[in-house]
Amino acid sequence: MIRTLGRWLAVALLALAPLSAARAQLTIEIVGGAATAIPIAIVPFDAEATWPLGISDIVGADLSRSGLFRLVNTDGVVPRPAQAQDVQPAVWRARNADAVVVGSMRPLPDGRVDVRFALVDVVKQTTLASMAFTVTQAQFRATAHKIADVIYEKLTGDPGVFSTRIAYVAKQGRRYQLMVADADGYNPQTIVSSNEPLLSPRWSPDGTQLAYVSFESKKPVVYVQSLTTGQRRAVANFRGSNSSPAWSPDGRKLVVTLSKDGGSQVFLMNPDGTGVTRVLTSQSIDTEAMFTPDGQSLVFTSDRGGTPQIYRANLLTRQVQRLTFDGSYNVSPRPLPNGKGIVFVHRESGRYEIASLDFATGQMQVLTSGPGDESPSIAPNGKMIIYADEAGGRGTLAAVSSDGRVKQRLVAPSIDVREPAWGPLPRQ
Amino acid sequence: MRKLHLFLIALIATALVGCSTTPTTEAPVVDKTATGAAAGASGAETAGTGAGGVSGSATSAEMAALHDPNSILSKRSVYFDFDSFVVKDEYKPLVEAHARFLQQHPDMKMTIQGNTDERGSHEYNIALGQKRADAVKRMMVLLGARDSQIETVSFGKEKPKNPGHDEAAWAENRRDDIVYAGE
Repeated sequence: MIRTLGRWLAVALLALAPLSAARAQLTIEIVGGAATAIPIAIVPFDAEATWPLGISDIVGADLSRSGLFRLVNTDGVVPRPAQAQDVQPAVWRARNADAVVVGSMRPLPDGRVDVRFALVDVVKQTTLASMAFTVTQAQFRATAHKIADVIYEKLTGDPGVFSTRIAYVAKQGRRYQLMVADADGYNPQTIVSSNEPLLSPRWSPDGTQLAYVSFESKKPVVYVQSLTTGQRRAVANFRGSNSSPAWSPDGRKLVVTLSKDGGSQVFLMNPDGTGVTRVLTSQSIDTEAMFTPDGQSLVFTSDRGGTPQIYRANLLTRQVQRLTFDGSYNVSPRPLPNGKGIVFVHRESGRYEIASLDFATGQMQVLTSGPGDESPSIAPNGKMIIYADEAGGRGTLAAVSSDGRVKQRLVAPSIDVREPAWGPLPRQ
Repeated sequence: MRKLHLFLIALIATALVGCSTTPTTEAPVVDKTATGAAAGASGAETAGTGAGGVSGSATSAEMAALHDPNSILSKRSVYFDFDSFVVKDEYKPLVEAHARFLQQHPDMKMTIQGNTDERGSHEYNIALGQKRADAVKRMMVLLGARDSQIETVSFGKEKPKNPGHDEAAWAENRRDDIVYAGE
């Protein structure tokens, strides 16, 4: 079972600038941990104190937040190693560390900074990674996330997601803001704001555009907005309701729910608003469609069987198969990136919980305890699921590992945050 | 139980503002009032109706009935049971009155806005609200209103009339609202 782990991390921001974006800053606390966290020592980088913002602390925070790592105290190790060959394995084994991260920072004549790091396996006594970056001070956070990604991948075998971004909707009073922030909650930026609801942000696979639903014209309309230029357009604004956008894996199609022909039905369209074609036909509600990673099928919610359940439709054969049978309310399916299952919202005794379903075994696993959990979104490495806990009407973002062991809470003081969407891995 | 460690990293906002890793541009703020929005996006649907209300066959007395508290036409809300799309008998006179009004005034148009209580998925609730709006429309069309006179839309659970979190609030939020074009 999940141990109540006392590891707790808060990243606080002293908001000096009176920006609403700054107030929407999220902080993250870990409320559970993996049974076997990897003990890792992250030595402060040589000369790091020259700059107000260091790198090693951010690397440590990233790794620690994943729940898969336990930070080993580095105090009192003299001299402090700064490169791989300086690491004395016995010293770190005595502190029960399996791995050690060392690094250095050197100012360059042009004002930029040379950042180097190495990851040493002190059990096998080998250097697993060593890299150098030339960056500006403004890129320190991004560099730290990149280093954390490398360490995460070397030690767990899965790509790290510390350099990704998340989108979410913040509500303050009547004001809705669609925000994009770094995966650790930093650098929140307002993408669009409105006095009417905004919901269902969905990242294009290349991370350059967001599709979302806006009520600004007193009904749900689907917009696509560029994150680089800020330009946006209403791509589905038909008679009736237009909602639930999602991108195809190649970014060339959107799947949407439209009521223009009666009922809520699933359509495909080009992201510029052209080429609208119906893909599913039923006398029931069909909505919340998402492409499977191979692009060949859709998973969606339908009440065709009397209660809302999750189905899969093959886009070629048009064959539809019911996927969920446990309980009377299973909605919001999100395909796992490995194509082996879905994460969704499951209702049990009036509680809304995040659950996963493995296609091969048909096994459902409940990952959270509710009572108001919804809008799950899976990290691009498939290891974490971010979701909104909307119990009591005020939304908080939370995350759970795909095995249910690690739990995090992302706290934004005094604002209501909901509808998280985890962005793709950055293009290399 | 392990000891509680607390890492607190305080960072100065000014050091962060403006140093994002990827530039994102804020779209022009959309801050439309009810009337501004109606003129804006439902454009094609509503453009002709404002004029229709004025130059159509409805007399000003008939139009006034829409807002006369003594007229059933001033009643605009239909409430639903939990998980239900059935228009209850007590709302049938109201639906019939509006259907008759639309039949008698072919240039009048309305929007039926479906709503749900706060429980469950945002998107699934949009579909549920749509189904409720469609149920009232279907009844009105059977009673003589034209399909083209009625647009059905859904607010899902996004615009609760009662912001509470109990059964009384939920009952108030499981609702269709009837809004005539130009109102």
